[in-house]
Amino acid sequence: MDELMLGTLLASTLRVATPLILCALAGVLAERSGVIDIGLEGKMLCAAFAAGAAGAVWGSSFVALAAAIGVAFALSMLHGYACVIHRGDQVVSGMAINILAAGLTVVLGIACFHQGGQTPALPDEVRLRALWPEAPEVLGDLIGNGLAGYNVLVYLALALVPGVWLLLQQTRFGLRLRAVGENPHMVDAAGVSVHGLRFSALALNGLLCGLAGSYLVLAQNAAFAPHMTAGRGYMALAAMIFGKWRPLPALAACLLFGFLDALAIRLQGAVLPVIGEVPVQFIQALPYLMTVILLAGFMGSSQAPGALGRPYLKER
Amino acid sequence: MTEQVEVKPLAVRMHNIHKRFGTVQANDAVSLSVRAATVHALVGENGAGKSTLMSVLYGFYQADEGEIEIEGRPVRIPDAHAAIALGLGMVHQHFMLVDRLSALDNILLGAEQGFFLRRAQAMARERLLALMQSSGLVVDLDARVGDLSVGDRQRLEILKALYRGARILILDEPTAVLTPAETEQLFAVLAKLREQGCTVILITHKLKEVMRLCDQVTVMRAGRVVHECAIAETTVEQLAEAMVGRKVSLGRSEPAEEVAGEIRLVAEGLRFTDAMGCVRLKEVSLSLRAGEIVGVAGVAGNGQSELLAVLSGLASPQAGRLQLGAQTFGVMPGERWLDPRIARQLGLAHVPEDRHARAMVMDFPAWESAVLGYEALPAYSHKGWMRRAAMMAATAAMMSRFDVRPPLPQLGSSKFSGGNQQKLVLAREIGQNPVLLLVGQPTRGVDIGAIEFIHARLRELRDAGCSVLVVSSELDEILALADRVLVMNAGRITGELPIEACDEKTLGMLMSETDVAQVAEEVEA
Repeated sequence: MDELMLGTLLASTLRVATPLILCALAGVLAERSGVIDIGLEGKMLCAAFAAGAAGAVWGSSFVALAAAIGVAFALSMLHGYACVIHRGDQVVSGMAINILAAGLTVVLGIACFHQGGQTPALPDEVRLRALWPEAPEVLGDLIGNGLAGYNVLVYLALALVPGVWLLLQQTRFGLRLRAVGENPHMVDAAGVSVHGLRFSALALNGLLCGLAGSYLVLAQNAAFAPHMTAGRGYMALAAMIFGKWRPLPALAACLLFGFLDALAIRLQGAVLPVIGEVPVQFIQALPYLMTVILLAGFMGSSQAPGALGRPYLKER
Repeated sequence: MTEQVEVKPLAVRMHNIHKRFGTVQANDAVSLSVRAATVHALVGENGAGKSTLMSVLYGFYQADEGEIEIEGRPVRIPDAHAAIALGLGMVHQHFMLVDRLSALDNILLGAEQGFFLRRAQAMARERLLALMQSSGLVVDLDARVGDLSVGDRQRLEILKALYRGARILILDEPTAVLTPAETEQLFAVLAKLREQGCTVILITHKLKEVMRLCDQVTVMRAGRVVHECAIAETTVEQLAEAMVGRKVSLGRSEPAEEVAGEIRLVAEGLRFTDAMGCVRLKEVSLSLRAGEIVGVAGVAGNGQSELLAVLSGLASPQAGRLQLGAQTFGVMPGERWLDPRIARQLGLAHVPEDRHARAMVMDFPAWESAVLGYEALPAYSHKGWMRRAAMMAATAAMMSRFDVRPPLPQLGSSKFSGGNQQKLVLAREIGQNPVLLLVGQPTRGVDIGAIEFIHARLRELRDAGCSVLVVSSELDEILALADRVLVMNAGRITGELPIEACDEKTLGMLMSETDVAQVAEEVEA
């Protein structure tokens, strides 16, 4: 392996991992507050569509980002309305969001843009560009390709990992958020609003999902394509669980998944000793397979928040 | 003495409080006056309205009608936040703590000063150390709450309330979970707080404790205040009568002439390790005879639950033998352990500790819960078809025999009070005339009136020659029921005494011996 190859492998790992990281952090925030968020996939997909559509219509990356965040935020609030206020089943509500997203984005896409559900390709000036495109020439193949030369969302995602950790572990809001996910009765008894905390967590969750969705359209691809999230929301959920609901281990899990994905692309058509040529389908399935294997095999005892999935009801 | 009490100003005055939940009038024109720097007991059976009244005071509920005055000023208490601001502090029966957070963070929660925790933690620590010194409530602030003992958690709860500036402490059944030694400690702390000017409202049903610690007592029944007086002017018997509304006797009644008959059950060398790898039973051996009640005393969590599970066939031990009538069970190759079905065939009935999890299906109507486990009997089913009418009739019969109220077989199991649920379970298990009965916590969450009834049925069963094993964490219950007492501590039987040799002090010591040893170890370390 030469420097260039390592550099590009690292680069594609980070590129693939970015939406996973954002989504996993969104999941950490919601679930640490006690709200199961299986709807990451749907929120990310809707946000991607919103970014694609708004970007195509208004030709502004700022509007695209705002639209993505707004849509994901609205869906998070819907989830909160169903699960926090009306104490609906959190898994059912999350699945409903996923199903709604899968159908609605395609229908709206066909109705608005007549391109089989795709949105028109975004011009380069709307897409997010690398902050420092000349980095590989200046810094060399490994560092230039591997660490520099990304767009702003990649760095934001990486910075948000310690950011969320700080928020959870070192702030008043974080302490309350963790407590409400473990024992909402106590938080209520302490005179802090359980609903308020859970909605704040969901609001942040929507913000992060919106960023993840817009990344897919503004950075990774140039347009929205139907079902383009392709299970990334679930992988982020898996990464979050694998990371035991903590930001830093979740980041590690996201990077692992990203690396497997990058490796899968590299390994296509490669001839391995003993096995021979590996079928493309197998390689493509690898990240998903690893998700299952890791979750089943290496999880150990899970560390789920104590009140996860349990709506809060004042008892007498 | 009384003159001194008169002088003290009122800390809390609740006047004409009404609170209704649906069709239930939980508080009906309740008035309560608590003088400052006293310990005031609020006693009553389950559902008498004590907790509702305190929830109104603490802002969990809004009264439909009525006024509240705190320290002479009329107030409205819309939520817990307002209550805390007024100097109220509540220690709930189920601790309001987060196991995964440190003790310090638990205290801090909701009273953090500033957005960042580090500074808030440092400031809180300083204040808490001073508070610990003055109150005598010592807790390791850096320990995870999940690792603390029950007594520590309670101290933490009180500390939390004091930290928030509570001058009026409300304690809901504080001693229900404590060992006798821990209760002693708690009372010492409360007495000290009273000296320092703190007002304490103690919700309880343990009348002996009321007599020992409190200054005033208010008795509630069915949503109303029925009795109010100074402790010096009343007795346990009077209070019990006021609570239940009739005379009750919870003391011992001596067994009929014939003492222990033939041996019904012998267990030897039981060893049980739970799924987490924790050893719960260590070489436990015991025997049960016909016509005796054997009480197993001990603080909850010392292996009693596992003992019941193993003896009833719900769990297999890792080692040990069990002889039940003529049959022997074991865990060696070629042997098998008892299972609940065989146990029933051999006449072993079991009233589980956790009524909701093991004894009933809360979503079933009572008549279905009342035949669970016996549904295969020909009386209840024929070739797999349930005989609904027969089951209903049998349930109605059980209900009238065991005074289950309301006597409606169709009513959902969850709609009955704890005492009536327990009576129904007991009726079901006793109904098949067992030769052996295992009972876990027979009166947990059960009213005094029902306790009296349940104890009477267990004694009847004994007098009829049944062998009864009662596991209870209530010492009074063991002392009232048992003919022979086994004490369990840390998975072992640490004492076996005939009832004549038992008193609270002896049993308390046997129950908490390792507590002392552990503390000594910790101090050395």
